[in-house]
Amino acid sequence: MQKTRKFPGNYKSLAKISRFLEQAIKQAGLNAREAYSVKLAVDEACCNIIDHAYGGENKGEIECSLLVENDCLQIELRDQGKPFNPEKVPPPQFDVPLRNLKEHGVGFYLMNQLMDSVHYEYSKEKGNRMVMEKRKSR
Amino acid sequence: MEVTITQYKRCDVIKAAGRIDSNTAPQLAEALKSIIDAGRYKIIFDMKEVNFVSSKGWWVLIDTQKQCKRYKRGELVLVNIRNEIQESLKLIGMGSYFKIYDDIVSAVGSF
Repeated sequence: MQKTRKFPGNYKSLAKISRFLEQAIKQAGLNAREAYSVKLAVDEACCNIIDHAYGGENKGEIECSLLVENDCLQIELRDQGKPFNPEKVPPPQFDVPLRNLKEHGVGFYLMNQLMDSVHYEYSKEKGNRMVMEKRKSR
Repeated sequence: MEVTITQYKRCDVIKAAGRIDSNTAPQLAEALKSIIDAGRYKIIFDMKEVNFVSSKGWWVLIDTQKQCKRYKRGELVLVNIRNEIQESLKLIGMGSYFKIYDDIVSAVGSF
């Protein structure tokens, strides 16, 4: 199974993208926990596209492609926003006293924790491309 | 997203339904702010009908927790949280900032 859909780069699209994932999640045979991981990872990725790549809502589109093959769900997200350097994303702060805790990006860290693989690339012609995979547990 | 607030003598119970993401988190933030602005800092968040929380949602709850705990005047506690959501809270490294109770009665009893 393979399908692609474009969504406007705004927060209202997040619930729609989550619904778009459902059929593919089912087809890949993912359990409830794995399904939640996929939905959360994709939500965080799309928020990063809106907030960081585009720098706000309604600046561009998010193209989402789903591929299910051999109990593995592959999600590809494309956007035409600014590139980012995954190596420059700081790890989240753990064990910080509550009063010193400040809002910081945890999306990229979460994606890596939740998915079996996360791949990112940028090209001038094609923009940002992120590919994530989640495999059904055995 | 639907948000309801019920005021009790000892605390306030806030209940939301559906997804807490970048689209709906501001609504939850506003509701929590209305409780705090009323000078009430003992808050129970009933998450029975919440099926998704993104990091944006957790930051709203962290911000509320900071305000509640200031001067030791109260606390935000979570109730009826789904397993997957609780797991993601731990994964994000924020598990230690919230007490979690199985039901409202035990949460009320904690205040």
